[in-house]
Amino acid sequence: MKLRDIASQIRAEVLSGEELLDDIDIECAYGADLMSDVLAFARPGSLLLTGLTNIQIVRTAQMLDLPAVVFVRGKKPQEAAVKLASQIKMPILLCHMSMFESCGILFQKGILPCHIPDRGV
Amino acid sequence: MEEYAILAGDFSAIGEASTKFKATLKMLGIPSDLVRRASVIAYEAEMNALIHGGGGVLRMTVYDDRLEIVARDEGPGIPDVSLAMQEGYSTATDEIRELGFGAGMGLPNIDRNADSLLIETEIDKGTTLLATVIFPSP
Repeated sequence: MKLRDIASQIRAEVLSGEELLDDIDIECAYGADLMSDVLAFARPGSLLLTGLTNIQIVRTAQMLDLPAVVFVRGKKPQEAAVKLASQIKMPILLCHMSMFESCGILFQKGILPCHIPDRGV
Repeated sequence: MEEYAILAGDFSAIGEASTKFKATLKMLGIPSDLVRRASVIAYEAEMNALIHGGGGVLRMTVYDDRLEIVARDEGPGIPDVSLAMQEGYSTATDEIRELGFGAGMGLPNIDRNADSLLIETEIDKGTTLLATVIFPSP
């Protein structure tokens, strides 16, 4: 699904990277407030949904080749995070829904989860 | 070879060195999955050196057949490395946890992405981590 359609499905405001929305295709997504887990489990190319706002969110996405970030629960990313995202051409979306609702809608519309390998626990 | 200092207490700068490594690896034409693995290793190691080691040095060396990432700090050392390697075990502060890190996934993540991992640590002296990513033969 195009990032533009994702933004419209979860009624997200585009904070930066508007011009890139039609170029990015999303198949799967990862929702977390724990960047350590994102680094462990998110697949390259996934959309990241988070309620944290610091610059490390953008850096984490950058390390994993995640093309865009959605900030949920109406959270606004810190200025440094937005600046870095603009520099590296990573669109930033703001969504007022909860993590559960935004992920639920995207799942219902066919966005897939990232595979989490069997933890063997 | 590239080397960067990790400065104590500068949380917002974490990832800058890893970002530069990543750019270098891309420029060298290393396949993207290997670049990603190396980036995650470097980023987690950078984070660890700052959170636990009070800063240190991050170094990456690219050879014909592999790349090596070394993170060195002069922090308190790791009393029990096998415990630190367990997913979920962490001694990070609440401040770090509030930022989304310190969930006890750092070393397991590095181990998962590296072809080999060596940790040398001495109490009150510091820790040196050496992670290697091997390039598949053409």
